[in-house]
Amino acid sequence: MADAAEAAKNRERRDLRNRWLLSTPALLIILVAATGPLLIVLLYSFLAPGPYGDVKWQFSTDAWVSVLLERDIFDDTLSIADAHLTIFLRSVKLALGTTLLTLLFGFPTAYFIATRPERMREVWLFLITIPFWTNLLIRTFAVLEIIRNEGMVNSLLLDLGLIERPIQMLFTDFAIMVGMVYVYLPLMVLPLYASMEKLDFRLIEAGYDLYATRFKVLRRIIFPLVKPGVIAGSILVFIPALGAYVTPSVLGGGKNLMLGNLIELQFGQGRNWPLGAALSITLMAIVMVALLAYVRNAGSSEVRHG
Amino acid sequence: MARNFSIQRQTGFTTIAVICFVALYAPIVILVVYAFNSGSSIANWEGFSLRWFAQAWNNNQVIEASWRSLRIASAAAVLATIAATMAALATTRTAPYRGLTFKYAFINQPLMVPEIVTAVALLIFFSRIKVATGYSGLGYLILAHTAFCIPFAYLPIRARLEGMDLTLERAAADLYATPWQTFRRITLPLLWPGILAGLMLAFVISLDDVVITNFVKSGGQDTLPTYMLGQLRRAITPEMNAISTVFLLLSVGIVTLFFFISRKQD
Repeated sequence: MADAAEAAKNRERRDLRNRWLLSTPALLIILVAATGPLLIVLLYSFLAPGPYGDVKWQFSTDAWVSVLLERDIFDDTLSIADAHLTIFLRSVKLALGTTLLTLLFGFPTAYFIATRPERMREVWLFLITIPFWTNLLIRTFAVLEIIRNEGMVNSLLLDLGLIERPIQMLFTDFAIMVGMVYVYLPLMVLPLYASMEKLDFRLIEAGYDLYATRFKVLRRIIFPLVKPGVIAGSILVFIPALGAYVTPSVLGGGKNLMLGNLIELQFGQGRNWPLGAALSITLMAIVMVALLAYVRNAGSSEVRHG
Repeated sequence: MARNFSIQRQTGFTTIAVICFVALYAPIVILVVYAFNSGSSIANWEGFSLRWFAQAWNNNQVIEASWRSLRIASAAAVLATIAATMAALATTRTAPYRGLTFKYAFINQPLMVPEIVTAVALLIFFSRIKVATGYSGLGYLILAHTAFCIPFAYLPIRARLEGMDLTLERAAADLYATPWQTFRRITLPLLWPGILAGLMLAFVISLDDVVITNFVKSGGQDTLPTYMLGQLRRAITPEMNAISTVFLLLSVGIVTLFFFISRKQD
């Protein structure tokens, strides 16, 4: 008896050891080429900038101070760094705007897919997934071609005689927003659809039986039931939109920077690696707060439904 | 109540959905159409021609960047899929054990950090190593791509494994199969569709990457996306449309294949 228990325990121990051995390659690769370097970024944010990029090995909090403040070169007083603040606010504004617009367009689209006959749903869903898996740069390029001064939209309006001169859309905040809504829409539709697929239409029928209007059914029955999907979709759109780099650099031109471009600038022309590192950590912190809020929310709503 | 009252309908929803589908595809369709323009404009149609495809084909930079992209994506996808398969075997079909949650979080970590932050981190880290070792080959790009491909490859493999129970493996073990034989003859064939799906996802994800590649690459290591990003800042000719069209065809082809493979699974 004792031997059998011993053998079982040994087998269990061996199984556990194998499970750690098997996961080692994946964990090691991610440690070396993702998680580990993030810690170095944290370290770099507390060093002084080197003259030609890189860092000098001396402790300094200047980078963190200059994330939001700037030191006057004459009287050495600190004031709010307007340039950085503008970019922070623009990033948050554009990311929130993108999230709201994708929700506005994505909600009806996901609902449309969820109410198709079962065989057709897969096809519609596939049509949403294709743009999601095609190159982000190419999709941004496609938007650029359409909203250029010589692009489809302006030519059409000119031909119709609605405008006399092309409207400058490219290199504006509007262009960035249009581009981001376009590229991130699938990220909103997919989680929304996942929660709508499980929608119990008997509840909606009950609502109509009790003389609810269509809007009331939407607001009081459908929306609360698919709220987890709404939150998941919003998080999935907000996070990449806040850290967006490709879309603003292609559609926003050199002037309409977002956080991602500001960070890049510190490693290129700016030659201030510690500031770039501090800005990166700041961006990551905002994302972590958003994720944490999501996890807590998802946890509590599960408890309520379960 | 009206006979054709549908409880599923919501006013205006179908219209918005149709607008969304049209808006999602119209720009891509226009981009592809103008790849066949005989003029050098991407807005005025001047007739059908394949000259821009020919020009892209004869552009050494494009061909080199394409080969580099394919080499990196193949290497990264294979490495990521092997690592992800092993990790999936280690994290499914078991009672919760110490460190399991840690493993989930760690494997998915690349998905939770904005790409630009990872890119900056790798730039800092690899530039140190480049100076220290003198090596500046494609290895850095392959390693970086492997890391962010692992969570994507892991997803379908884990999903497939969770749908398989241990009965067959136990039966094999009862019949004196060695663990390796059991894995080779039972687990691997059953798991194969998941592995294939993971491999394809990883390949597409690696092929599409712009941000991390742009920061990690050394001089003369442009991939197709970073080459295109550089060109977008100059005057744009339909050559870009031609390159994009071929690229799109490849991605859509792989995703369609993925769709049919995962559909067969059900």
